[in-house]
Amino acid sequence: MTNITPPPRPHIEVTGLDLRYGDFVIQKNLTFTVGRGDVFIIMGGSGCGKSTVLKCLIGLKPPAKGRVQIGETDFWGAEQQQREAMMRGFGVLYQSGALWSSMTLAENVGLPLGEYSNLSPADIRELSAMKLSLVGLSGFEDYYPSEISGGMQKRAGIARAMALDPEILFFDEPSAGLDPISSKLLDDLILELRESLGTTIVIVTHELASIFSIGNNSVFLDPITKTMIAQGNPSELRDHSPNDGVREFLNRGKSHEDRSGPSSVSVKNAEAAT
Amino acid sequence: MTLSNPGLVEKRRGEIALQAKENGAGVLGVSGDWTLHSKAPGAAGMMSAIDAAESVRSLTFETSDLTMWDSTFVTAVLQVMEKAKVKGIEIDLGGLPSGAQRLVALASAVPERQGARRTTSRDGFLVAVGKGWLDFQKTSLATITFLGEATIALARFSVGRAKFRRVDFMIAIEACGPKALPIVTLISILIGLILAFVGAVQLRQFGAQIFVADLVAIAMAREMAAIMTGIIMAGRTGAAFAAQLGTMQVNEEIDAFRTLGFSPMEFLVLPRMLALIVMMPLLCIYANILGILGGAIVGVGMMGLTATEYYVQTINSVSLFDFAFGVFKGVIFGIVVALAGCLKGIQSGRSASAVGDAATSAVVMSIVLIIVLDGLFAVVTSILGI
Ligand SMILES: Nc1ncnc2c1ncn2[C@@H]1O[C@H](COP(=O)(O)OP(=O)(O)OP(=O)(O)O)[C@@H](O)[C@H]1O
Ligand SMILES: [Mg+2]
Repeated sequence: MTNITPPPRPHIEVTGLDLRYGDFVIQKNLTFTVGRGDVFIIMGGSGCGKSTVLKCLIGLKPPAKGRVQIGETDFWGAEQQQREAMMRGFGVLYQSGALWSSMTLAENVGLPLGEYSNLSPADIRELSAMKLSLVGLSGFEDYYPSEISGGMQKRAGIARAMALDPEILFFDEPSAGLDPISSKLLDDLILELRESLGTTIVIVTHELASIFSIGNNSVFLDPITKTMIAQGNPSELRDHSPNDGVREFLNRGKSHEDRSGPSSVSVKNAEAAT
Repeated sequence: MTLSNPGLVEKRRGEIALQAKENGAGVLGVSGDWTLHSKAPGAAGMMSAIDAAESVRSLTFETSDLTMWDSTFVTAVLQVMEKAKVKGIEIDLGGLPSGAQRLVALASAVPERQGARRTTSRDGFLVAVGKGWLDFQKTSLATITFLGEATIALARFSVGRAKFRRVDFMIAIEACGPKALPIVTLISILIGLILAFVGAVQLRQFGAQIFVADLVAIAMAREMAAIMTGIIMAGRTGAAFAAQLGTMQVNEEIDAFRTLGFSPMEFLVLPRMLALIVMMPLLCIYANILGILGGAIVGVGMMGLTATEYYVQTINSVSLFDFAFGVFKGVIFGIVVALAGCLKGIQSGRSASAVGDAATSAVVMSIVLIIVLDGLFAVVTSILGI
C-alpha cells in the first residue's frame, strides 16, 4: 500500500454533519476529511446512510446541520450558482447507474463533453469511445442502456463519471454486480486515475478486497448509533480498531463463528442478550 | 384412519398443553404438526394458554411430541418471547428443537433499528386538515417555482442561450405531431358529424338546414378544435411526458443531469414544451378542417345540401379572427399540457406506483385546467364583445 503524504489543505472537509429525511435521522455528527488524491472509502452496513452521505457531498441533498467544505469553499453555504459550478468538477456514479436511457452509451459519455468543451463531434466520439474502453466496453458505443447488463451499466456509468476528468470522483458501489475480474480491473483503473490525474476518489463499497487494496482512508458509519464509529486507513482499522463491530466488518465477521452478514455489526451484543 | 389416498399423509393437529407447577414454573407442551398447512393454535393459542395460568413466572418448552414445525412455529415462539418480556416471565428455549433455537437466535440477532418502524397512527380531523393545508402550501410553492423556472427557460431559449439536445426536440415533435394525427383525425371528424347531426334535427324544423354549416364551422373554430386536441394531447402526450420524466426520476437520471450542471428544466421540459407549442396550432388547424369535413358529410350526404353551398356558407360564417382565436387557445392548452405533464413527472416519487400516479394526475390537471381556461376565455371574450 502506498502511503501518500497529505497535502496542506484537505480536499473535502466535513464537520458536524447531520442528515435527515423529514424527522428521520439518517446520520448525525459526521466529521471527517478527505485529502487531495485520497481514495476514501465510505463503509457501513446496508441502509446505514452511505448513499445519503454521498448525495450530500455531491450537492443533491442539503444537510440538516453541519458544514461541507470543498477546497476553499463552504459547499452548502455558497450561492447556488457557485455550487453548481463546483458540481461540474465532480464525476458521479450513482448506485443505480442512472444512465440516460434515451441515449446510447457514447452519447451518455459524450453529452457532458459536448457541453463543457470545444471539441468537435468527431473528437467527442473518439474520447467517449476511449473512456468506454477504459471500463472494458469498447464496441458498445451505440448500445442503449436497456440493451446491456446491469454490471455493464455500472461500468458505463463509471465511464460517464470520468468523462470530464473531474477533480473528485464519487462512486456509489461501483463493483456491485461485477465479476471478480472486472472488479479487479476497476480497482486498477481507480488507482491509475489517482496516480496519473491526481483525482480524489470517494467510494461507497462493501467489497473488502478492494477496500484494502485501494483505500487509504475511510469512514465507518454505524446504523445503530447513527454516526461514524471509526475513521482511518482500512487495513489499520481491520487490525487495530478499538471497536469490535468495525473489526468484525472488515474481517468478514470472522471473529465470530456465526454466519452473520456485514450488516449485523452488533450481533455480538444481541447474542449475548439471548 | 385409512389412507384412501396414499399421497396424502394425514396431518396431526398441533396442540398445546400448559402445566403450571406451584413454584411458578410452567412447562408448555407442544405437540403435533405446527406448519403453514396444518391447523395449529399458533401464537394466539400459546398466549392464551400462558394468560390462563397467571401464576407462571418462568417457562420451558417440552417438544418431544412435536412432529413437524416450520417458520410459523418460530414466529409463534418469537411472539411469546416478546409477550413474556413484557409480563416479566423468564423463558428457557432449551426445550425447543435445536433448529428452531437457531432460527430464533438469528431472528433476534439484529435488533430492531430504533426509529425505523413506522408508527401508523390515525390522524384526527383537525390534524388531517392541518397537514392537508401544509401539503397544499408546499405543492403550490413547488408549482409556482416550476412555472417561474419554465418561464425563465423559455426566455433563455428566445435569446438562444438554452441548452438542450435537438434530438429530444425532434422526438417530442414526432410524438405530438405525426403520431397524434390518427386519433386527432378520428375524433375531429366524429365531433363534426355529431355537431351536424345535433344541429340538423333542430334546424330542419325551420327549414334552415344550410345553417348547419355555420354551426359546425363556428363551434369547431372557436371551441371544439382547441378543446378536443388539448384533451387528446393531455391523454396522449401529457401522460407520456409525466411517465417519462417520472421514470427518469426513479432511475436517478434527473439527479445525473443536475450534478452535471444541466438544468432539467432546459434539458427535459423545454424541448417538450416547444414541441407542443409548435405542433398544437398545426393540429388545431387540422382538426378544424376535418371537423368541418365531418359536418359536410352530414350536410351534403344526408341533408341534401350541395358541396359548394356548404363550402360557401362555411367560408362566410367564420371570420379569420374566430379561427385565429381558436388556434391561439390551442397553443395555450398545449403549454398547459406540457407543463402539467413535466411538472408531475419531475415531482414524481421514486416508485412504480408513483410514476403511475404522476401520469394520472398530469392528465387530470391538464383537462381541468383546459376546461377552466376555456371558460375564462369565453367570459373575457363575451365581456369584450368579440
Ligand atoms: N428518499 C428517502 N426518503 C426517506 N427515507 C429515505 C430516503 N432514501 C433513503 N432513506 C432512508 O435512509 C436510510 C439510508 O439510505 P441509504 O440509501 O443512504 O443507505 P445505504 O447506506 O446507501 O444502503 P445500501 O448499502 O443498501 O445502498 C435508509 O434507512 C432509508 O430508509
Ligand atoms: Mg446505497
